[in-house]
Amino acid sequence: MVSFTLNGAPVALDLPEGMPLLAALREGAGLSGPRFGCGAETCGACHVLVDGRSTPSCAMPLGAVAGRDVTTVEGLGSEAAPHPLQAAFLAEQAGQCGYCLSGILVSAAALLAANPRPDEAAVKQALDPHLCRCGSHNRIVRAVLRAASQMAGEHA
Amino acid sequence: MSDAPKPLPTSLAANPRLSRWLRFTPQGQVVVSPGKVEIGQGILTALAQIAADELDVEPARVAVRAVATPDSPDEGVTSGSLSVQNSGVALRHACAEARGIFLQVAAQSSGVALDALRVEDGEFLGPQGRVGSYWELADRDLLDCDATPGSRAKPPAARRVAGRSAPRLDLPDKVFGRPRFLHDQRPDGLLHARVIRPPARGARLLEAPASALPPGVTLARDGSFLAVLAESEHLAETAARKLEAACRWQEADTLPEEAQLAEWLRAAPDPMETIAERQDAAGDVAQHAEAGFFRPPIAHASIGPSCAVARWDGERVEIWSHTQGPYNLRMDLAKALRMAEEAILVRHVEGAGCYGHNGADDVALDAALAARAAPGRPVRMLWTRAQELGWSPFSSAMLVEVSAGLDASGGIAEFAVEVTSNGHSSRPGRGSLPTLLAAPDLADPFPQPPAINHGLQRGGGAQRNAVPIYRVPKLRVALKTVTAMPLRTSAMRGLGAPVNVWAIESVMDQLAAMAGADPLEFRLRHLDDARAAEVLRVAAEMAGWRGRARAEGVGMGMAVARYKNLGAWCAVVAEIEAAEVIRARRIWIAADMGEVVNPDGAANQLEGSAIHATSQALKEAVRFDRRNVTSDSWESYPILRFSEVPAVQVKLVERPELPPLGAGEPAFGPTVAAIANAIRDSLGVQPRVMPFTPENLATAPAV
Ligand code: FES
Ligand code: FES
Repeated sequence: MVSFTLNGAPVALDLPEGMPLLAALREGAGLSGPRFGCGAETCGACHVLVDGRSTPSCAMPLGAVAGRDVTTVEGLGSEAAPHPLQAAFLAEQAGQCGYCLSGILVSAAALLAANPRPDEAAVKQALDPHLCRCGSHNRIVRAVLRAASQMAGEHA
Repeated sequence: MSDAPKPLPTSLAANPRLSRWLRFTPQGQVVVSPGKVEIGQGILTALAQIAADELDVEPARVAVRAVATPDSPDEGVTSGSLSVQNSGVALRHACAEARGIFLQVAAQSSGVALDALRVEDGEFLGPQGRVGSYWELADRDLLDCDATPGSRAKPPAARRVAGRSAPRLDLPDKVFGRPRFLHDQRPDGLLHARVIRPPARGARLLEAPASALPPGVTLARDGSFLAVLAESEHLAETAARKLEAACRWQEADTLPEEAQLAEWLRAAPDPMETIAERQDAAGDVAQHAEAGFFRPPIAHASIGPSCAVARWDGERVEIWSHTQGPYNLRMDLAKALRMAEEAILVRHVEGAGCYGHNGADDVALDAALAARAAPGRPVRMLWTRAQELGWSPFSSAMLVEVSAGLDASGGIAEFAVEVTSNGHSSRPGRGSLPTLLAAPDLADPFPQPPAINHGLQRGGGAQRNAVPIYRVPKLRVALKTVTAMPLRTSAMRGLGAPVNVWAIESVMDQLAAMAGADPLEFRLRHLDDARAAEVLRVAAEMAGWRGRARAEGVGMGMAVARYKNLGAWCAVVAEIEAAEVIRARRIWIAADMGEVVNPDGAANQLEGSAIHATSQALKEAVRFDRRNVTSDSWESYPILRFSEVPAVQVKLVERPELPPLGAGEPAFGPTVAAIANAIRDSLGVQPRVMPFTPENLATAPAV
């Protein structure tokens, strides 16, 4: 049994500790946001926040998050109450097939938490572990910058 | 016969029953049912826009049903930038006709004259007010009739929805992480499966010891096809790895030497056949240029590995798939499983972007074979990253040899292009043999059919865009389709176009230099096609081509093509920086795609394809040894990253009155070519081997 906080609520998953966190989140916790792309920490599709840090979940064992705080794209916001990043991705139409987006949104959220007004180069650097085969990169970068300025405006 | 009604759009002629394309619900919805599928290109949104416009309903009322056999229209494969061109035009006609049928019934029952009726968000309004709606007549089976020729669609100027940017209908699910992909499906009783592929191409399985399996794991074997099934995904994965390590195979060298691949293509015994020829009067050749261009095989490299779910129910099997052609897949599944097509149901569910024929179809057969071991249970087969990169069909290696001559006044006198390549289509549903990956592995195997190249009238395969769009008095274009196929090849974004456009446009720059002309002027001088000239001028303008300043290590190049010589016109200017590696800095794209249903959606496609093309041009090559593909990870098959993407600017030359042409591929070839020409501009060498890495540029000749 592994207990941790998932998207703000306590969970206890009765799954082997050695199972990859990604599999536990998808199969055990029934989430669909974190996606399998490579299983080798090389594509970014599976990223989640672990104690606020954007982390690949595909190779990390479930046991490693015991007692920690895990946030997936589902925990960022919902259609009714979207995270400014999610709203900005829709406003910029940042995506095509969308398979890469969950992981990218999670990394962007970690970036904005650490650096509320990143420039373009900082966004690209933060998103560099993420592959997008559809070529939506420029729209994604614009969306992150839009969310940043929007969040700054709200707090001003 | 000039007033004969316009014939039905092709897709509608093949599937004329209107009720197959759309129906209304009493609850106030329109459900449209196209035969094309969403592959990340935004087709669902464009089709909903078209339907909303022709029916006069709010776009929010339109739901688009994913393709499923046997009810959806059979529109073959979603490929070739034809989604809007085929499905959109058919749906527009079907909706316009449906609107007319409903209004006629409303006119009859209300006594209001037909031409006094109009439609507002699905309500029928006469001079005295409301007389009915689609929803009230939804149960009357009014669309159980065939479409008739003659267009009733609105004139372009009357469109209110199509032609304006619309947000993509599928994007919210993807931004909120909701279960939308096939990979997310979790039907009751789901089992997870993994396939074990041989260590070498064509290897035969000698032994698969069941003793290697952890408890609770089922083995599915048919000849050399091998899969495991388990209740949990983790268990299936672990079991597959254990079994893989314990298997014994009979293997041999079957692949050519990677470094000799161009030679291997050149030496293949297949005939070089002329496919286009012109012998007009031309001046004597005063100067001559010759160059050969080589591109290695390329992977689709989808971000989500291929996936399928299959469930056997007695003698029938139901398949959930992200295939591009559900009906075509059904045909080849029927062949490979040796059963009737009617006993197979294929339902489309979205996957990650595929960019052509990746493993989507293959994994469906894998799922069906694995699921046989667990009758009645849905079985989800997922490929590994290594399988996706190593076993999906590849875009063929290509060799394109060009020779051209200028007359004494610097005009093109002759141009010859010779293309050597494997076929560019192994898509299912087109021959007597199944093309699916596992078919040759079965205990009762099928030989693997060679990939084919369609003729130029269908846009061609390897020879796509091998005919220059310029005025050339003496022209010869020839194609050698190599039938020996050590690595399985099939369709990828652009097919042969990226290589052919690169080769032709590279030689155009070479000729311009020989003629002492600017690349833009030289091209314009030889372009009779006004739409090609227009996009070229627009792209040059966007990039500031004429006033461009020279800077050390920076280069600018241009290219133009009409996709397939039948589709959209597109010109690209690229700016690169040549340091340790080549970096694409900026890309400007001008495209003329006729009517554009969703301008932002089209721009998104053009931008994406330019970035994809940049990745291919600068980084990509499938690597292999004598037995198997070795570039089966993101480390060994790198693609362009955020820190490497160029800025991309797009301008659409809109022509709402002209037929729509697709957006997904036209920028691909011109982008590769413009980058190559920009390299030549900055380094003075002509790139002749893709990708344009320092190693490959080291052998590029100065021309
Ligand atoms: S699936 Fe985890 S990084 Fe690719
Ligand atoms: S949108 Fe398809 S991979 Fe990024």
